[in-house]
Amino acid sequence: MLSLRAFSSPLPRQCLRAAPRAAATWSISNQRFYSSAGDRVAKYEGTKDSKGNYLVSFIEGDGIGPEIAVSVKDIFAAAKTPITWESVDVTPILKDGKTAIPDAAIENINKNKIALKGPLATPIGKGHVSLNLTLRRTFNLFANLRPCRSVAGYKTPYDNVNTVLIRENTEGEYSGIEHVVVDGVVQSIKLITREASERVLRYAFQHAESIGRKKVRVVHKATIMKMSDGLFLKVANDVAKDFPNIEFDAELLDNTCLKMVTDPLPYNDKVLVMPNLYGDILSDMCAGLIGGLGLTPSGNIGDECSIFEAVHGSAPDIQGKALANPTALLLSSIMMLRHMSLNQHADKIEKAIFDTLAEGKALTGDLGGKAKTHEYAQAIIDKL
Amino acid sequence: MMSRGSLRTAQALRAAATQQPLAARGFATVQSDIFKPSKFGSKYTVTLIPGDGIGGEVSESVKTIFKADNAPIEWEQVAVSGIQDASNAQAAFRESVASLKRNKLGLKGILHTPIERSGHQSFNVALRQELDIYASISLIKNIPGYQTRHKDVDLCIIRENTEGEYSGLEHQSVPGVVESLKIITRAKSERIAKFAFAFALANNRSKVTCIHKANIMKLADGLFRNTFHAVAKDYPTLEVNDMIVDNASMQAVSKPQQFDVMVMPNLYGGILSNIGAALVGGPGIVPGCNMGREVAVFEPGCRHVGLDIQGKDQANPTALLLSGTMLLRHLGLDDHANRISKATYAVIAEGKVRTPDMGGQSTTHEFTRAILDKLETL
Repeated sequence: MLSLRAFSSPLPRQCLRAAPRAAATWSISNQRFYSSAGDRVAKYEGTKDSKGNYLVSFIEGDGIGPEIAVSVKDIFAAAKTPITWESVDVTPILKDGKTAIPDAAIENINKNKIALKGPLATPIGKGHVSLNLTLRRTFNLFANLRPCRSVAGYKTPYDNVNTVLIRENTEGEYSGIEHVVVDGVVQSIKLITREASERVLRYAFQHAESIGRKKVRVVHKATIMKMSDGLFLKVANDVAKDFPNIEFDAELLDNTCLKMVTDPLPYNDKVLVMPNLYGDILSDMCAGLIGGLGLTPSGNIGDECSIFEAVHGSAPDIQGKALANPTALLLSSIMMLRHMSLNQHADKIEKAIFDTLAEGKALTGDLGGKAKTHEYAQAIIDKL
Repeated sequence: MMSRGSLRTAQALRAAATQQPLAARGFATVQSDIFKPSKFGSKYTVTLIPGDGIGGEVSESVKTIFKADNAPIEWEQVAVSGIQDASNAQAAFRESVASLKRNKLGLKGILHTPIERSGHQSFNVALRQELDIYASISLIKNIPGYQTRHKDVDLCIIRENTEGEYSGLEHQSVPGVVESLKIITRAKSERIAKFAFAFALANNRSKVTCIHKANIMKLADGLFRNTFHAVAKDYPTLEVNDMIVDNASMQAVSKPQQFDVMVMPNLYGGILSNIGAALVGGPGIVPGCNMGREVAVFEPGCRHVGLDIQGKDQANPTALLLSGTMLLRHLGLDDHANRISKATYAVIAEGKVRTPDMGGQSTTHEFTRAILDKLETL
């Protein structure tokens, strides 16, 4: 009944850190008081090395991952960001018959509290839980943050898109609870809990405050799923009371799809927050509005750690040919800098990236240019 | 032009019947979906459910135009609403179900569904489940002369209507923990897959794409996808592929031209039909229907109630009107259907009289008037 207490608590921004399934995290987090840990959900408290640089774990990933990682490192070095990278290998191992991440990687990320991640190839076949899902579960990354911003210089049917979408990342349709009732009849359970909903909603409101947006909108389908989405909506209404400066409203999933694709501009001043599946679909749809996953960054926010990643695939077909576009990973790294409150560095690099893209002289093949990965990176460094 | 295959659901069914017999399985196949409502006097009786929001206005428009064209349709109007108080609403709902069972044909606007937990279940969903009108079709195609962001969009969304996320099975295990069940069965997956393939063949379409999320819901959507591919073996002439729903949404807003016929479980259909409608100009112009073994109910393909513009004489009747022409074709009344749809498309193409959702300033009445005038010149 922790949730009930939190609501009646005099400290309105107290957050809940408990995850329904992560019993381990539960015991750790119980030892701390939320109010003393800071009033924000998922506040970054990083570790520094002897030179005063923040330590960041870098999961370079598979396929084109190492190539685009080099670009990020080069550009960060040129911009003199106070960051020391620590490479981490997350090649999965089987532990007690379950897909797991090596202990060394877990320790490193737990120590650094923050990680940047390239694309990972998930082995296809039975019994393999995707690595992304494993990472999310291991580090209890409850919110997926997906901003989409039009890139000047890359023409799509939609201009000036600038959406921010937050997706609940631990439950909903992706709870993984499924069973065959009798042959040919399958039940799949969508799980919505007050705790997880409150946590992601609180994060959404706080994120809106931190990026200066005045409106938060919940996307739901409570007409049909009256109890599950209804609960999400009700929690949203409760949480909204703690943020009187933010305008809160709710919209039916159907309407959101329709209106966003018709004209995404009215969504430029809002933060959208929604349960897992809707978030998955809508965030990719937004990526489609601006030209695909090659340009979309993403952040997975957790209580203890946060992992920022490019959402595109590992593209083994162009591996080693220096054709890869590092923009998504770069933009993710900028989100990471902002999460670490290194806003000046973030602004500087971001401007260099967008200027380079707008100029259009050194674009990679996927954007219709001829530049190699390192030439594109060099163009950004020159801008810096 | 008249959208390819001109919304020929009726033909879809007839053509399916002439095909090779499908595997002799016990479930409703498309062949058994052949039915013809009986004609009394010289007219067909069709249940008309105007629905909430703009429903009243646009169905008036449809009635006027059908009457002007002397379409042999007798409307049996049922005033069911999702807004009125519970007891009346339930009674009216029962009446509408009875009427549809009797007439086997319906034209329907969209009924409002309250969000409150104390409110009733969605009548739209209940109706589909009750009558087992399992296949929802939304026809998404650019209307000639009406520019949108995307060109050459011509796709068709076939959506399973009776199970999936809309099963309505939910419970609260303990306070603050809710489970909602999504049900996928082989029988219904097979039935919708067969419908989609038969529809594609009958309408000269070449590709059927299955939309799913089997990478996450391995059992549920896995069953849907596997069943789809198993059924596909009976249709070697059609190109078949499958796509994950998030990718499909992304592709739909960037390269919608790649899609032809798409078949999917319930919830994804809701999402993609809205994305699709937005591509070609909004819910006001997307026709659709719901097909079952016994009953066919024609309703706008992108289901919006339109409470915000209710009573303002701004609604676009095109979606319901084109759904109405699908109904006429379903009855084999192609002459009437062609005339009405030709007049509608001509008015839109001329561009002088358009409702606000299409960037015009005309009222529903003026738009209707323009179609009536156009009908006289045809």
